[in-house]
Amino acid sequence: MLRFLARRLALAVPTLILASMIIFALQQLLPGDVATALTGEERDPQVIAFIREKYHLDEPLPVRYGYWAGGVLRGDLGDSIRLQKPVSELIVEKLPVTLELACLAMLVALAIGVPMGVLSAVKRGQTADTVANGIALWGLSVPNFWLGILLILLFSVELGWLPASGYVSPFESLSENLAAMVMPAFVLGNAIAAVMMRHTRAAMLGVLGSDYVRTARAKGVSPLRVTLRHALPNAAIPIITLGALEFGQLLSGAVLTEQVFSVPGFGKLMVDAVFNRDFATVQGVVICTAATYIALNLAADLLSAAVNPKLRRA
Amino acid sequence: MSTGTPIAETTALAAPAGSPALLQEPGTLSAFWRRLRARPSAVAGLVIVGLLILMAVFAPWIAPYDPTATDWGNVRGAPSLAHPFGGDEVGRDVLARIIYGARASLGAGLVSVALAVSLGLPLGLLAGYAGGWIDGAISRLTDALLAIPFLILAIALAAFLGPSLVNAMIAIGLSATSTFIRLTRAQVRAVAAEEFVEAARALGNPPWRIAIRHILPNIVPAILVQATLTIAAAIIAEASLSFLGLGQQPPEPSWGAMLNTAKNFMDQAPWMAIWPGLSIFLAVLAFNLFGDGLRDALDPRQRT
Amino acid sequence: MTKPLLDVRDLAVAFDTDGGAVHAVNGVSYTLREGETLGIVGESGSGKSVHVLAMLGLIPRPPGRITGGQVLFEGRDLLALKERELQKIRGGAIGFVFQDPMSSLNPGMTVAAQIVEPLRIHLGLDARGARARAKDLLDLVRIPNAAARLDQYPHEFSGGQRQRVMIAIGLSCRPKLLIADEATTALDVTVQAEIVALVQELKRELGMAIIWITHDLGVVAGISDTVQVMYAGRILERGPVDDIFADPRNAYTLGLLRSLPDLSGSRAGRRRLHQIEGAPPDMRHLPPGDPFAPRNAFATPRCRAEMPPLSQAHGAAPGHLVAAWYDLPKLLAAEAVR
Repeated sequence: MLRFLARRLALAVPTLILASMIIFALQQLLPGDVATALTGEERDPQVIAFIREKYHLDEPLPVRYGYWAGGVLRGDLGDSIRLQKPVSELIVEKLPVTLELACLAMLVALAIGVPMGVLSAVKRGQTADTVANGIALWGLSVPNFWLGILLILLFSVELGWLPASGYVSPFESLSENLAAMVMPAFVLGNAIAAVMMRHTRAAMLGVLGSDYVRTARAKGVSPLRVTLRHALPNAAIPIITLGALEFGQLLSGAVLTEQVFSVPGFGKLMVDAVFNRDFATVQGVVICTAATYIALNLAADLLSAAVNPKLRRA
Repeated sequence: MSTGTPIAETTALAAPAGSPALLQEPGTLSAFWRRLRARPSAVAGLVIVGLLILMAVFAPWIAPYDPTATDWGNVRGAPSLAHPFGGDEVGRDVLARIIYGARASLGAGLVSVALAVSLGLPLGLLAGYAGGWIDGAISRLTDALLAIPFLILAIALAAFLGPSLVNAMIAIGLSATSTFIRLTRAQVRAVAAEEFVEAARALGNPPWRIAIRHILPNIVPAILVQATLTIAAAIIAEASLSFLGLGQQPPEPSWGAMLNTAKNFMDQAPWMAIWPGLSIFLAVLAFNLFGDGLRDALDPRQRT
Repeated sequence: MTKPLLDVRDLAVAFDTDGGAVHAVNGVSYTLREGETLGIVGESGSGKSVHVLAMLGLIPRPPGRITGGQVLFEGRDLLALKERELQKIRGGAIGFVFQDPMSSLNPGMTVAAQIVEPLRIHLGLDARGARARAKDLLDLVRIPNAAARLDQYPHEFSGGQRQRVMIAIGLSCRPKLLIADEATTALDVTVQAEIVALVQELKRELGMAIIWITHDLGVVAGISDTVQVMYAGRILERGPVDDIFADPRNAYTLGLLRSLPDLSGSRAGRRRLHQIEGAPPDMRHLPPGDPFAPRNAFATPRCRAEMPPLSQAHGAAPGHLVAAWYDLPKLLAAEAVR
């Protein structure tokens, strides 16, 4: 188990370093002088000189990366030019909102996707399977920002049941928080539900065709128990691992969902930063996303190892 | 990191083990065509894709109005005989903008995936066939790129490149490249272990020749399936970027950008939101249907 | 005459595929007495496993399909039973032991959980009672230190031990019939012998009937009362074990016997091992006559045109049935003269 953990970490660290290099290198794409671009609207030569100094823009690229990466390791992601605040502070402020949204969306995705996938695997080739596959295809194809708009149109504009936008902290009012989050979570979870359904179906089909499922049936175990007790736990490992990979899509989708519902999270921070030419914030958000994604995959690997008795005792 | 990609659903084909170049033999090609036609959903997808492409190409002849011409009498005009899809916030004809919008969506889908394939395929071939430190370097790079979620990377790229449709295409293409590197590499490694490749090597063929003549044709089906499904993802990505204001710039029409403005007029002019969304949905659905059908038809293991 | 325990009548099974229906079992009929051990021999695709799985509803449907026949178990037609009623028989009155204990045991459940399941379902034992009995069962199949091993997972057992666990599961509810499907195929030769010996011993203790399915005639010789040879979904020969070995009447049986290494050290034992020429037929397009005819040097034109019925072999022991138009002993004698 420890060796497994070490091996995974040994792979994750260089990946993160390389990803940070790519993110840092994005700066080089800025047209014209980097210092001028970084200052945004400001044209004061003194400010530009200050920026040039602060980001060591006269040094060669690798040295600049060194300064930046060193800062990132110390939790210093630079300052937001627009908001005059450290980027790390902004992220710490916005991250919980997005994490809540992401977790609720994952819950929605699992609650819809896994049962649907199990059902369609058990009823392979029958009507239920066709219907479930159709729903999954719909979920994969509908752009989630459009779905968000349609839901707002229905539940906020027409029916007036749910708020169209805004965010209330769960510590202020849990019910208002949930009322504000239910549509975003559903919209965001929808596409992932489709993917989870397909993963679950594939994993379950593999397991349902296995010899030990036949053994269980030969013991007189009922179909329901065969599915839930014998097949599903063994299908869980690929579902967990693949589900964690979907977290990237979840974060991508969160950017749009937050935009549609004006949820003040990570994605909204990034989009606002993009429009304010607040590049330190953009980089900060991207590196945090990548780190979160890598950490989650690591967690998924560990979780699947914990579920797998062969690895647990090794 | 484990396998998988952040782009939509990408259940890639396993290498068509042992089968000689699928697309080289006319017999197999016609068999493939027959299997494809046996799937109504795949045919429907193909037909819709074809119609959308025709619509994009012949937009100037089909569109009833100039998509950028404003008409103050038609500001947020409800659908009518003159304007079947209604008018937008400055009175432009929504139908005309939908028809022209197909150019941005399909163009972005095709161009960005073409870019991703033309970068990813050679790199994947190189990594899979050369092995060693080249493979290590390319694979680590792929892992790192895959660690940054697709749309987030595309947004960041578009942000630094500056907002425009062309930059959005580049951003989407670059973000999708890692998927093709990884897929090609996996395919190459599977095919390279096959006997016929061993035989070609034993006959003294140089490595580049084996890669191009013997390996490439065998991995084409998997790449084709992945490309089709990635076009679907790229169309959504373009619409997303345009929705965020990072793609097609006004007044040029794009379905995503149309939704962006429609969001502000939801209670007064819901048709502004319905049609562009429906168009994106239809285009993405069509490519997904076709891609799924393609995969099933190319993968002989997928029976029943 | 007493009523047979199992009475299979004209059972037929097909699988639907893209390329047409695969006729896996084509009219199989036989009976099994209480306490009898029947060895069913054939190569893969002979229908030997499929027909027993099908009679208990264990083939995937679709694509599998039972196309005809009756299977009376203690007088009840299994094929007419509902899934719920079949569940009561599976693992209860009929126990199973499958091949490859590596994949046939659930890797994610402890051995105890897997043995306990049928006990609770069929015998209605409570958790403690079932666990105590599970321990007894592991003792029964000679797994040392049973109490300590109950909570281990299958991968912590050796191949032979896993097969013993499978047998414990198959016998857990004292079945009247134990079906062992290639139960020793995946094991080393020495372990195979141990398992066969164990089953024989348990049979003496518990007295159940056994259907032992294998492709290995050698295994069958030691354990069976009756041997039945299957090919292409049909029974080609059937009879008392000694008589089948001493006086085979079907060319396919002869081929199987000749492919056995003879360890007796006799002169005949030093001959080269025989291999049956040709390949099994395409089960989608079966030939009209004897399915083995295309590979059979003794085949007559009638063999190719018409399927011979399974009937008493002339001059053989009573109950020795064969499906052949030719007279194998006569042909062999003629061959020997030449």
